[in-house]
Parts: sequence; structure tokens; C-alpha cells
Amino acid sequence: MHIPDGYLSPSTCATLYAFSAAGWYSALRRTKRAFATRTIPLISVFAAFSFVVMMFNIPLPGGTTGHALGVTVAAIVLGPWASALAVSLALAIQALLFGDGGITTLGANCFNMAIVGSFVAYGVYRLIASGAEISSKRRITAAAVAGYVSINVCALLTAIEFGIQPAFFHDASGAPLYAPYPLRVAIPAMMIGHLTFAGLAEAVISAGMVSYLLRSDSRLISVPNHSSPDLAPGTVQTRAGWGRPLWWAVGLLLLCTPLGILAAGTAWGEWSAGDLANGHARAQISVASGNHEPPALIPPGLQKLASLWTAPFPGYAPGFIKSPFLGYLLSGMFAVGLFVMTSLIAMSIGRKWRRREASS
Amino acid sequence: MAAARGLFLSRPSFIGKTILGFTRGLSEALVSEKFARRSGFLQSLDPRVRLVGVLALVIAAVACRKLQGVAALFLVASFIALLSSLDLWSLAKRVWIAVLIFTGLIALPAVFITPGAVLWTSPALGISISAPGVYSAAILILRVETAATLTATLVLCTPWIQILKALRSLSLPAEVVTMLTMTHRYLFLLMETAKQMFESRESRAVGVLSGPDRRRMVGQTAGVLFSKSMELSQDVYLSMVSRGFHGDVYLLHECRLASRDYAVLLLFLATGFVAVWMGR
Repeated sequence: MHIPDGYLSPSTCATLYAFSAAGWYSALRRTKRAFATRTIPLISVFAAFSFVVMMFNIPLPGGTTGHALGVTVAAIVLGPWASALAVSLALAIQALLFGDGGITTLGANCFNMAIVGSFVAYGVYRLIASGAEISSKRRITAAAVAGYVSINVCALLTAIEFGIQPAFFHDASGAPLYAPYPLRVAIPAMMIGHLTFAGLAEAVISAGMVSYLLRSDSRLISVPNHSSPDLAPGTVQTRAGWGRPLWWAVGLLLLCTPLGILAAGTAWGEWSAGDLANGHARAQISVASGNHEPPALIPPGLQKLASLWTAPFPGYAPGFIKSPFLGYLLSGMFAVGLFVMTSLIAMSIGRKWRRREASS
Repeated sequence: MAAARGLFLSRPSFIGKTILGFTRGLSEALVSEKFARRSGFLQSLDPRVRLVGVLALVIAAVACRKLQGVAALFLVASFIALLSSLDLWSLAKRVWIAVLIFTGLIALPAVFITPGAVLWTSPALGISISAPGVYSAAILILRVETAATLTATLVLCTPWIQILKALRSLSLPAEVVTMLTMTHRYLFLLMETAKQMFESRESRAVGVLSGPDRRRMVGQTAGVLFSKSMELSQDVYLSMVSRGFHGDVYLLHECRLASRDYAVLLLFLATGFVAVWMGR
């Protein structure tokens, strides 16, 4: 998954360097705030640890071996920001000292594996292990799933970065100048290996380490321990919940709903079979597609599948409301209400689950 | 390393493979020190000029859109390596063959599946080789070879500490440079520790471990290493505090550019610019 120099175009590299730079800046600020003067030794040693874990040969079912990233346990113990920094440093040393991964693609590698990998691993672990007892086996399962999912998300990002190259960067004859395979080839080619072997390797190492730490020093993984300034290893500190900011964000988005009414034209690629038969809609599709005419006949697959499901509010406009403006607003409110209700039910189930686990 | 290879020559187990990996990693660092001590073109330059110059050429190799431009840069990269006391055989062993196998395998199917003018069709198999496919595979392999040659030459001819000093001079934050320095320092310590853990486990092994036992053993080894890392970071922190560390990092700057450095830097940048301009 370490992309070497030459596989990605300069503009892709620059964009991903910019994303990573924003992540590094934020991670450094937050990590310094959390760990204060301990930041440098803590992150350095964990970067070295990540590097060494990447060299482990992990035995997999079927007699083969694979390598892991070690990003999951770093994210579980240190939190996603500090983990992103530590794994980025490990990747930088791999590129600069051992030539594993390119210099121009370092931003892409850090974005895929260190930043996104850390956040996905952390999010999945929190989602599954939330409220679990300190000795609960659920934590081991959570670590394994987090490792498996995070590696596969990293691989998917890498495949997408590879897959967009031929579409954007080719010469006059159509010869791709960088990674030569389109998305339809790059994604399966990349994912088959990761869904089967590499994902398993990360799952094995994450579950194994969490299982060991649960027995030897469970405080390290009981609560993400990345919020206290002078944290001795194992000190447990809770962190502020993210529920309130999330609700604020949902409220803000709800207020922005009417913006959708101002949007003109057609949403590219979201056309129905009816749109392809309608003259006005066809003209809009043609304009949105760089003056490429849509097919004269409705594709048979589209026509066949279009009748499978009829939405209650087709086109964000319930049939019983005459005004499209009001219909759009009502659709938005209905959808948000549905999401809020589902979230509240899920939270209530989660609370009951935690209570039952605490009492048993 | 030869001894380690001898131990696991017949059929290396996963422990053997891991130990070989660590031994190889440790010896690679020593080889790099050996090349860096030799006298040569890159070694005689200021580390900042080496870093910026080589980076400019790597960017030029990535940005160049024509095969001829990338090929010219490959020749320049090989010439720089030769001038820097690297022999072509060690470069071929270390970089060219590995890149050719890895990137070649990746690029090979592109020769057949890229649409475009057909160069040759196999009557028996019914598959065709397209001109854009051949061009695409050739430019990818050559570009990766060029970038890898340049990076390997820089890394082999420049001690790590000089790379870090150059990075600091180029305004990389002092904290990041310090973290890179410390990571490099503790990387070898942890690598050695992990290697010893695997060696001691291998020396005690009797019989064949089952699959789940092997996975459990690797997980436990990684867990022990993790705990050791945690303790190590605490010890390092306390030793830093006891020496007066308050969180601020100061690094010494000793680099001073000579007029020759400026001239070579200009040459590097001009070469990169010409390659990109030719291959636009």
C-alpha cells in the first residue's frame, strides 16, 4: 500500500500533501495540547514502534504470512490525532531512509494510512467497544474489526487514487502517464488482496495486542487515553463527548436546507428513466455532460430497475403538496426527523445494552 | 546477516522471516553509513543542496510527460550515482531489479488491456499488444526507476542526521525534526529488542506451533513490545526533564553554503526545469 514515486501525478501528490499537511498541523496542535511536554518522546517512540510492527511477519490462515500497519492499536491507545502523527513519522522514515514508499507520494501515503487509517480504526473501535466492560471480549473483537476495516478503507483510498490517474493524466494517444488502470480495474485488484490477506493481518495483530494488553495493563485501552497533559501510562481520563457538537452540526445543516432550492440545472448522474424520455430534461443532461447527447433510447437495465421501488416523496416533492418550495422543505424536515428518531432509538438501545452489561 | 540467513535457509518460518527482516533493516542502515563516508559528488555538497537538488529532479521525473524526458533524467540520475562512488551493480541489486520486478508486474497487464492502436496480436491466444499500453508501461517503469535511483543515491550518500539538518534548514518545525531524530534513534533499539524477542522464542520452540498459537504468539510479542515502548517513552521523557527539558526544542545550525553549492543547486534546478519543459 506504500505508493512509490511515479504512480501518481504531481497534482494528485500536491493535493494529498495539502490534505495531509492540514491533518499534521491539526494533529500536532491537538497532541501538544493533550500531552504537553510528553509529546515528543511519546510520539517518537510510538513512531518507532509502528515502524517495527510493520516489519512483523504475521501468520495467516492458509499458511501464508502478511504485514500489518499497527495503526489500530496506536489509534486505540493514543487517540487518532497522536496516532496519525506517529504513523506519519514511521512512514516518513520508511520513505527517506529505506526507500519504502516515495517522497512525492509521502503525502498520499500518510493521508491514506496514517490519517484516514487512524480515524477509521478509532471510530470503528469506539463504535463496537463503546460501553464494554474492561475485561469484555468485545474489545478484542472491536480491535480486530477496526483493524480489518481501517486497512481496507486505506486500500480503497489508494485504489481510487490509482484509478483516477488514467482518466485525468494521459497523452494525446490516450496512453496513461501514471498508474495505468482505471477504477474498475484498480479497485478490485487492490481490494482482493486486502480483503483477504492484508486486512486479516491487521485484524490478527490488533486483536492479539489488545488481548495481551487486556491481561497485562488493561487501563491502557479502557478509555482512549489522550486527553490529559501529564499522563502517566495507564492513567484513565474521560474526554468530552461529541454528541452536542454533532447535534449543533445537524441543526446548522437543517437551517441550510433551503439552499438546495436555489440550485439550478440537473444533478449529474442522478437521472431517472423519465428524465431520459423528457425533452427539457434531455437538454439539461446534455449541457451538464459537456454537450454530449444522452442515449436516444432508455437503457433497458435502467428501465427495468426503475420500477423496482417507488419513493413516497419522488424528487423531494410529495404529490399532495402543490408548491415545490414547500414540498422540498417538508421532505427535508421529514428526512431529518426520521434520522433523529432512528438515532434516539439507537442511543436508547445502546444505553440499555450498557446497563445490562454493567449489572451482569 | 549471513548467519541469520543461514539459520533459516531451508524454509524460514514466520519467525525466521521476521528475524531476517530485522537483520536486513539493521544492516541496511550500516551500508548507508559506509557509502556516506566515501568521497564523491553528492557527499561533497551541502546537505541542503543535496536534498533540494535531488528532490527537484524527483519532481521533474514525476512531472515529465514524455518518455524521452524521463529517460534523460534516468541517465542523469545514474550519472550522479556513479559520480557519488556508487557502483552500478550495487544500484542494480538494490534498486533497479527490485523496481523492475515490482513495477513491471504491475505495468505488464496494461500492455494488453489499454485500448489503442494494435502493435501485435497473438494468433494463438487472441490477445493484442497496444501502442498506448506499451508506452504507458514503459514510462511508468522508467519514471519509478528514475525516482528510486535518485532517492536511493541521496539516502545512501547522506547520513540521516544530515538529512534532518537539511530539513530543519528548510523550515520544517523543530518539533518534527526532533521527533524524526528520536524515532530514528529508538527505531533501532526497538528493532533490536523485537529481534531478540523473536530469537529467544525461536530458540525455545520445540515442535510445530498450530496456526492460532502462532498468531497468539505474534500478538503477544507485539503487545510486550508495545508495553516496552510505553515504558521507554516515559523513561525518555523523565530523562529529558531531568536534563532541563521544558518542551521547547533548539537545534544547532552548522551548515553554510559555498559558491560551489549554489552553482550545483542551480544546475540541478535547471536540469529538472529543462526535463519538464521538454516533456510537457
